Amino acid sequence: MTEEYTPQRRGVPLWAQIIVWVFLVALLVIVAMGLRRAQQGTVQPGQKIDNFTLTLFSGYEYKGKTEVTMEELRGNIVVINFWASWCKPCEQEAAELQQAWEIYGPTGEVVFIGADYVDTEPEARVYLKKFGITFPNGPDLATNISQYFRIKGVPETYFIDREGVLQYVQVGPFTSLGQFQSIIDPLINQ
Amino acid sequence: MKKILSIILLVLIVAGASASLVFAQDTFPTDDDVNKIAKQLYCPVCESTPLDVCPTEACRQWREVIRTMLTEGKSEAEIKQHFATQYGIRVLNVPPNPWLTYFVPGVVILIGAVMLFRGFQLWKKPLVAESVSDKDEAEQVQQDEYLAKMEAELKRRK
Amino acid sequence: MIADFGFGVLVVSFLVTLYSVFAAIYGEVKKSAAMVESARRAMLLTWPLLTLTAGTLIYLLVNNHYEVQFVYEVTSRSMPTYLKVTAWWGGQAGSLLFWSWLMSAFASLVTLRNWDRDREFLPWVIVVACVTMAFFIGMNVFFENPFAQLYQTFDGINPFTFQPADSILFTPQDGRGLNPLLRHPGMVIHPPMLYLGFVSFVIPYAFAMAALITGRTDDRWIRITRRWTLWAWLFLTFGLVLGGRWAYDVLGWGGYWGWDPVEIAAFMPWLTGTAFLHSVMIQEKRGMMKHWNMLLIILTYDLVIFGTFLTRSGVLSSVHAFAQSAIGPLFFGFIGITLITSVALIIYRWAALKSETEMTSMLSREALFLLNNLLFMSILVVCFWGVIYPLISELFTGEKVTVGPPFYERATGPLWAALLFLMGIAPLSAWGHSTVKTLGRALWKPAVGAIAITIAIYIYFTNNIYALIGFFLVALVLLVTIYEYWRGAYARQRSQGENIFVAFWNLTGRNRRRYGGYIIHLSIMLMAIGILGIELFQKETQGTVTAGDSIDIAGYTVTYREVASWDDTPKGVNYTRAVVDVYQNGIYLGELHPRKDFYFDSQQNMTIPGNRSTMKDDLYVLLVDWQPISADGATLKIYVNPLVNWLWMGSLLFMIGIVIAAWPDKDPEHVTVRADRQLKQTSAAD
Repeated sequence: MTEEYTPQRRGVPLWAQIIVWVFLVALLVIVAMGLRRAQQGTVQPGQKIDNFTLTLFSGYEYKGKTEVTMEELRGNIVVINFWASWCKPCEQEAAELQQAWEIYGPTGEVVFIGADYVDTEPEARVYLKKFGITFPNGPDLATNISQYFRIKGVPETYFIDREGVLQYVQVGPFTSLGQFQSIIDPLINQ
Repeated sequence: MKKILSIILLVLIVAGASASLVFAQDTFPTDDDVNKIAKQLYCPVCESTPLDVCPTEACRQWREVIRTMLTEGKSEAEIKQHFATQYGIRVLNVPPNPWLTYFVPGVVILIGAVMLFRGFQLWKKPLVAESVSDKDEAEQVQQDEYLAKMEAELKRRK
Repeated sequence: MIADFGFGVLVVSFLVTLYSVFAAIYGEVKKSAAMVESARRAMLLTWPLLTLTAGTLIYLLVNNHYEVQFVYEVTSRSMPTYLKVTAWWGGQAGSLLFWSWLMSAFASLVTLRNWDRDREFLPWVIVVACVTMAFFIGMNVFFENPFAQLYQTFDGINPFTFQPADSILFTPQDGRGLNPLLRHPGMVIHPPMLYLGFVSFVIPYAFAMAALITGRTDDRWIRITRRWTLWAWLFLTFGLVLGGRWAYDVLGWGGYWGWDPVEIAAFMPWLTGTAFLHSVMIQEKRGMMKHWNMLLIILTYDLVIFGTFLTRSGVLSSVHAFAQSAIGPLFFGFIGITLITSVALIIYRWAALKSETEMTSMLSREALFLLNNLLFMSILVVCFWGVIYPLISELFTGEKVTVGPPFYERATGPLWAALLFLMGIAPLSAWGHSTVKTLGRALWKPAVGAIAITIAIYIYFTNNIYALIGFFLVALVLLVTIYEYWRGAYARQRSQGENIFVAFWNLTGRNRRRYGGYIIHLSIMLMAIGILGIELFQKETQGTVTAGDSIDIAGYTVTYREVASWDDTPKGVNYTRAVVDVYQNGIYLGELHPRKDFYFDSQQNMTIPGNRSTMKDDLYVLLVDWQPISADGATLKIYVNPLVNWLWMGSLLFMIGIVIAAWPDKDPEHVTVRADRQLKQTSAAD
């Protein structure tokens, strides 16, 4: 006995179809965006770097201020180095970085800033003292800056020219002071 | 003699008292106090690993930070806030503003429940058939015949 | 050479699969039975081909062919042979091949059945199964070749499918070795079980699609795939339980489920699968819910693919995630196509899925089953949102958030409780009609019993309100189910004169679905007891102790005796093993050996607990390295997990219950025919 008491031969009403397709498309779009983000590497050369603010450790200020912004550094070559005290490869380049700072800092054209990635202040200070680092350094609070640069790990160093455009990305530690100089000299001479 | 005995007793008491100090750590903050808070945080660098079980060097340092802050008398909320400020809200095991997390599924479930109960009402057919169509009548007649046959059969078998 | 052969066979399999798809479509469109048969034979051919491919890969794995990149990544000389074999699914490329191999096995099994009554389904089942297979094999062929070899060029050493110009084959001395976490028996079986579950859900989906495409939207597709769905559900459940057990044994956080996004991705198809199993019964008994059943199986299949995608694409961060790779976009494309096709088909055929939907009572069994579905779908919504929300938050606000266990526990707790309650009432409710009165009459005795048990628990054990509610519900369901089971057996004993045990056996044998279902529900109650115990009453403590010190917890005293450390060079491990003595109320219970295993090749640690298990609780001791470990001091973390072994015992019974429920009967339609004939004979005799 297969009789129906109400004829059920309606299709899906239009409003329901619209809702279902909108939801489906929205889901696919979100997943696609997530996938694209996952596949993205770090920020690439050629991109203009937006303004950000780095809070600095006391003792490691920039021109006496406990904060430094990308805006105020425009006109200089900016070298941002992401590091952490628990990062073994960072130690390989720490000494060279400080040497480079001592060479280029006094020229007044290059500013080094260190962004401490996901670290604890006491340990960070121990690290900075151990390698005698003097350039401005501070914790990357809430990992905002490292998320902006989409770093994949530490150490990574980003070279930004006077117009605020990213010119070079160094993933991993520098092999030597010479390598560092070969990257930065062309930027200064531009 | 009594003096020697009391000295021995005193030494024993002192030794016993200091020995009991060795039994588990009673010093505040204990590992359990640290873990209680670390459980609610995720390691900032490792994937999806709670801070109390994460084995890396970095996590060890962060747990020491918790211990230090507890010694300073900071509350659990303050410590969690410190971690959120330092490393981002993703280290907390629930979003700090949870209304959106509960709201959306809540609304969807509510809609589902409403749809279901609407469905119940739509499909509900009263026990007593109110509308008797021709087909129903024929069915009814068939059933009566069948029943009559059954009765006859049963009577026979009695 | 051998690797090239393996790749060749893989490519052939891919082509055969593609041929099968096109032949089936062509055969169906042109009404050529010969082409459809050719497609069927092609599909049958895929299994031997893929077995040959897999065999080649296993040969390479077992024989230390480190010039093959996959072999290099997942094996090392120190691994025992059985682990080298199971390393097949220890990495992305191999596990994709494993997926394909299983898919071809099931597709072949399905094609070997008798298709006489369902000829029109065959081409479309072939198409769906082979499209899925082609996709997975295609990923292997084009993106994740398990047979890629390492060649040294001017740019360095890289994997290639075909030898590049000016390069030489590079053979490393030893492999990197499998992640030590994966070198555990539980980990050996857990992925295969999960894949078995995932892959076997493709078959009911294929039949559902066939039903939609051909317009044959009656019950046939469900009847064919009913048993298949049960087995799929069995494997998926087993895979999930094994994952939990493995985590408990080896991960060292005293837990079995972390609400990690990838765990949830595997859990979501289980939820819809369970809803489907129940809802299908409504369609069979009352002819209702045809649309809903179709939707559920589509959802289950899409969640399976979606879950597999999430695990492997790097979209979510998780401890489980495979290394990111290029297959993400391809997978995404496949998901898009399957989702859109399925939804379009069901909308197209919506009107054809006519139902006789009428319900006389909101307490009838079909109404309760619908409530069951609502609850399972609600839990699904919670899980899905918990997984998607961090993604949405990061994409649209730039703010990364984590949705962790507290959310899932709070949001799903009441839903699980409601499900427990339903499990207590539903067996007492009748198909078609039940009233408050009839239910009440059946329910009051077990309810009173459950209240009595709860009061006893309150007096003797705990006043935790969640525990009391939980145990009340568990007791209710246990009493109702046991009572129903016993009633059936008792009636049988009375009428057949069998003794009670034989009665139970025969009763179960005669109606496997119903009584298998009761056993499953009983086992879930046992698991619920375990879960309530460990979730609500777990105690933990941690302390640093020197030799001779003790830690007290929950009535146990754990005394640290000594620690030893040694290398096992052939296995490539350094063991650090502590010995602790366990006492309870002064009575010596034994010693436990928590360990830390350090694997040289992957530079990773495993923390193995020393565990004393009883039905009452587990005493779970871990060697933690917050401080360096030595005889002078070690940090011990101790968990006491009450009732947790009920969880494992319950899950064993669960499997048995599913096997009983799924065990093949004689085809019921034959029985009907016989009965008809008998009736005709009687009336002729009148």
